[in-house]
Amino acid sequence: MEIIATYGFIFMAMAVVFGLYMTWGIGANDVANAMGTSVGSGAITVKQAIIIAAIFEFTGAFIAGGNVTETIRKGIIDTSAIANQPEILVFGMLAALLAAAIWLMVASAKGWPVSTTHTIVGAIIGFAVVGIGVDAVQWGKVTQIAASWVVSPLLGGIIAFLLMMSIRRLILNTANPFESAKRWGPGYIFLVGFIISLVTLFKGLKHLNIEMTVAMSFGVAVVFGVVLALIGWVLINRVKIDPAADRDFHFASVEKVFTPMMIFTACAMAFAHGSNDVANGIGPLAAVVSIVQSGGEVAQKASLPLWILVLGGTGIVVGLATMGYRVMKTIGSGITQLTPSRGYCATLAAAATVVLASRTGLPVSTTHIAVGAVIGVGLARGVGAIDLRVIGGIIVSWLVTLPIGGALAAIFFFTLKGMFE
Amino acid sequence: MSSTNPFANLFGKSPFTALQVHMRVVLECVHNVPPLFEALAKGDDEGVKSAKERIFEREAEADKIKNELRNRLPKSLFMPVDRRDLLDVLQMQDSIADTAQDIAGLLVERPMELPEFMQEPMLALAGRCVDVCEMSAKIIEELDELLAMGFRGREASHVEEMVGALNRIEDETDELGLELARRLFQHEDEIKPVSVMMWYQLIQWVGDLADYAEKVGDRLRLLIAR
Repeated sequence: MEIIATYGFIFMAMAVVFGLYMTWGIGANDVANAMGTSVGSGAITVKQAIIIAAIFEFTGAFIAGGNVTETIRKGIIDTSAIANQPEILVFGMLAALLAAAIWLMVASAKGWPVSTTHTIVGAIIGFAVVGIGVDAVQWGKVTQIAASWVVSPLLGGIIAFLLMMSIRRLILNTANPFESAKRWGPGYIFLVGFIISLVTLFKGLKHLNIEMTVAMSFGVAVVFGVVLALIGWVLINRVKIDPAADRDFHFASVEKVFTPMMIFTACAMAFAHGSNDVANGIGPLAAVVSIVQSGGEVAQKASLPLWILVLGGTGIVVGLATMGYRVMKTIGSGITQLTPSRGYCATLAAAATVVLASRTGLPVSTTHIAVGAVIGVGLARGVGAIDLRVIGGIIVSWLVTLPIGGALAAIFFFTLKGMFE
Repeated sequence: MSSTNPFANLFGKSPFTALQVHMRVVLECVHNVPPLFEALAKGDDEGVKSAKERIFEREAEADKIKNELRNRLPKSLFMPVDRRDLLDVLQMQDSIADTAQDIAGLLVERPMELPEFMQEPMLALAGRCVDVCEMSAKIIEELDELLAMGFRGREASHVEEMVGALNRIEDETDELGLELARRLFQHEDEIKPVSVMMWYQLIQWVGDLADYAEKVGDRLRLLIAR
């Protein structure tokens, strides 16, 4: 207890600094993966992607980031064993943040694929097992989370597959694809608005104290979807058929119709990513803050303070603005095969899956889901060539990141414990 | 940084674009065959040589593209079509250029005269065979539309029709080839025996240009088969 009273302020400051560094890292690296499909398909420029990401990552973090943050804050560890030693949790969370931040730095410098989500979760489990005990970990929740890491890319792939098939039947395989695209385009934009708002607002937002019945949720979602569809309808109508381009590739004009549609899915993806990944940076921070502010109360019944969400969102935006530009530029060149219609399917599928995971409080890897969605489009024979070795790479990264995150967190935990006791 | 991004490695190099580029080069190569015979008919040695140079150069370029495509096609690549079928189409396309190279090579190595009685039908055969190659190239240009449609639907039916038309023109060239061979054997005593053999070989080869072009179309049937 005394440790909290003595060093409380220092802990808070450290947590804020580490948390900010984590979210800055997320903004600099992860966002590029989230926006990659949109930039790669040529629908938006890198500059536009940065602006969209800045606005919607923050919005997503603020509006929909609560549930996942709560999971990271108190869903993984059962704190009853250390009710008398709140400083252990503080050390542990700080250690987890530090471990994840360092691993992020190292892996980025070396060019290894890194998932911030997996690192943080691995780190928290690591210090809990080592610092408290194997029983302190809520293995049921952990199993749920691990299952979601496998299921979410599959779900993204299935949704993308279905979207691709529907576009093929309704638009591409018709007598006049361009006209069909103009007719059905607004419908697909409605889907974007409807799905994202329905999943996010279903039964209200707890941390913003907004209550909603199921019927209300549907109603708001429909209205939001219709508004977006109308805006989209205006944008689509401005697309003119290009006979010269059509002679070369018959579907060139159809792809031009999909280009404004991808703006909406890009926004949705930024929103979804913000909602799920902000927790990686501020979840541990929130844990430390609530312990210090309650004077050592470890049960953490208090609700999530809003300023933490704001902090997280800001960190992401700053990271994005400073380093994101450079990282995003390297993506565009490799993804020329992803035309706007394919990009739309992959991005909407990924965004919907991530937002669903955020809603259910499950931290998932946005990047892996996006990869799953692209493979789903490929299975619908929508992409020329997909290298399946990437799947192997993803599995290897699971096997590597979790133990390393855990080990690093354990090391830092004992270091901090030694320093302050 | 790019290797931290899984998307950098997710997409292989699309073989369909490369296939289309390869076919365009092959077509350029084949377009030099009628001028080759025209120069021969006029007795223009320089013309024959320069046509041969152009054919050889285009064939080398086609080989380069072919090898690059094969290099970028690991077994782990997932594509909308079977890898074997794709490589077969590539092989058939390349055989067209190889045959043109054989024709040009022989005509330069063994200086020959195009006999009077063969001039008109030979030029007609060469021209028609190039037509078949052009039709085949047009079908290959439909590959990106086929990809957009997932190798199904209206586009697949459209391509099927084109391949049918291709088969019909190729039948014509078979007829022309046989007619030309008949002419050759009718007049075989008027020219040297070895020359008769060589001209027979050349007639076969020119016919092969159309044969391989037709095979390209036939392999494409496998890609859109359902």
